[in-house]
Amino acid sequence: MSAEKTENLNWIDKRFPLTETWRAHISEYYAPKNLNFWSFFGSLAVLTLVIQIVTGIWLAMNYKPDADMAFASVEYIMRDVDWGWLIRYMHSTGASAFFIVIYLHMFRALLWGSYRKPRELLWIIGVVIYLVMMATAFFGYLLPWGQMSYWGAQVIVNLFAAVPVVGEDLSIWVRGDYVISDATLNRFFAFHFLLPFLLVGLIFLHVVALHHVGSNNPDGIEIKDGPKGNRWSDKAPADGIPFHPYYTVKDLVGVVVFLALFSIVMFFMPTFGGLFIEAANFEPANPMQTPEHIAPVWYFTPYYAMLRAVPPMWDSQFPGVAVMFGAILILFVLPWLDRSPVKSMRYKGPIFKSATAIFAVSFIALAWLGLQPVTDLYTLLSQIFTALYFAYFLLMPIYSALEKTKPVPERVTS
Amino acid sequence: MRKLIIATMLLLSPALLSAAEAVKLEHADIDLRDQASLQRGAKYYFNYCLGCHSLEHMRYNSMAEDLGIDEAALREQLLFGDAKPGDLITSSMREDDALKWFGTAVPDLTLVTRWRSPNWVYSYLKGYYLDDTRPYGVNNVVFPLVGMPHTLGELQGRQEAVFSEPKEPGGEPVITGLKLVEEGSVTPQEYDTIVRDLTAFLTYAGEPYQLERQRLGVYVLLFLGVLFILMYLLKKEYWKDVH
Repeated sequence: MSAEKTENLNWIDKRFPLTETWRAHISEYYAPKNLNFWSFFGSLAVLTLVIQIVTGIWLAMNYKPDADMAFASVEYIMRDVDWGWLIRYMHSTGASAFFIVIYLHMFRALLWGSYRKPRELLWIIGVVIYLVMMATAFFGYLLPWGQMSYWGAQVIVNLFAAVPVVGEDLSIWVRGDYVISDATLNRFFAFHFLLPFLLVGLIFLHVVALHHVGSNNPDGIEIKDGPKGNRWSDKAPADGIPFHPYYTVKDLVGVVVFLALFSIVMFFMPTFGGLFIEAANFEPANPMQTPEHIAPVWYFTPYYAMLRAVPPMWDSQFPGVAVMFGAILILFVLPWLDRSPVKSMRYKGPIFKSATAIFAVSFIALAWLGLQPVTDLYTLLSQIFTALYFAYFLLMPIYSALEKTKPVPERVTS
Repeated sequence: MRKLIIATMLLLSPALLSAAEAVKLEHADIDLRDQASLQRGAKYYFNYCLGCHSLEHMRYNSMAEDLGIDEAALREQLLFGDAKPGDLITSSMREDDALKWFGTAVPDLTLVTRWRSPNWVYSYLKGYYLDDTRPYGVNNVVFPLVGMPHTLGELQGRQEAVFSEPKEPGGEPVITGLKLVEEGSVTPQEYDTIVRDLTAFLTYAGEPYQLERQRLGVYVLLFLGVLFILMYLLKKEYWKDVH
């Protein structure tokens, strides 16, 4: 480094811990050397959020949150705004990509036991991020003001009306009207713009918590508890390597592959067969005409299937609503449900492994069922898979404690 | 009682009926690169459809540019009334008139191929048949109880439905096909081409940038392919000392 540069850096470092932060979190943050495919999704989630915020701001420059103009303003973006079609498809593809990345990121945590001590708070912050993300997506889906935007929002807001006693007032308070209307569109736009910045703050906390406890790895071994000393430092974990340049260059490979898949969807199949942009949403919202089949976007359908699986009880839809929200809230207590002596799936026994496989299949099956029209068979299947989803968590304290596990090695395996 | 309710719902709701019957759609086989076909489609649309159905998200001049129509031809042949080249393609039909004449609002068709599908539009335009019970004397196999008269009828001629025996005694007869009973001003082959051109034009109108999007996508993927090789080699170089 030239003398002048060092001098400038010194000036900054005396006033702001730039070099110190860079070292602590990037160049001298030691991550386990055995991270595999599953560890790509953390950095990809950050990339997707950046894509969503940047394209979202550019969309907001031409979008009109007004019930009479919203639909036409989206088509104006698609046709008359320079590169508007690209920005809009980036945003719509990005929404689905974000959920795919996050679902894989969360599944990674299940595989590696990343929710276990000492990462309980890291996991809980992550679940809060997931909740805020779902709220952001829900608010955003109303904005194109197509038929599915309108009726999807109608169905979801009506869920609040199922809450005993205060439900009806609550749903009116959320909508700002008796039906989904211009008032609803305006407030949803405001929240859709605000929440991503809350996400940025939560992700900051998520990374602070991660760097405090250190990254987990496919073996579920704490490298901090292992021997010390590597090529870069005597005090650093022997099985750790600096995040930069090792994982920055590795994540870049993941980024390019991700962008290629993203581009295939965005340039060649932007509606993804009606999954990422539903066909009914090309028809403007019409409060007088219900579409023949209302299905939320795919990333909400597992919960929608659970909602429909629970029959009304005591003349109320509330039990279904409770089950649906319970399915997400149960994630908060996961760290205390797993009593296995080992963290990683690699060293857990066959029961835990099969339970996780059944859980993954159930989640995907529910996502598919949530897209289908109601039939007796599908309702029965939804009930079975909902039961399996909850059984994974509720029975975990039993099967995880009983089962014999494999011996965990002292050092990470490659 | 339950059956009666279902039957009433089916009668009242064309959308439900079409979903229940799941009509087999014909493949439109359009080619968006065939500019002559798109131009003919635009001509038919402006002559037969625009009187009622607007294309309100599209502008005259951007359409003309995409379809290779020069400004003189645009002004002479496609701009009606006091419309200017930069205007959106609206229709002069008033909404309350439409309600009076057809019992329903007339939809804008800019995006019809996106919420229906090109094959739906193609099959719909070929799906009219004579039906005395309907106000305009015609019905449609793809869109039962449709409110719109058969505007292209003078071209196509009149079709009659061919019914099969009801599946159960007393049941509704099922339409198995349509046959031409009165010739129109063009042959059936020519009519197919007209409908295909119209479908192609509406598919273009639904997403004017779709060819550009695909063209660009190829270059982006080629770039990412090269970038992947570079990034992979970079990663390998850095990681060779990690054991």
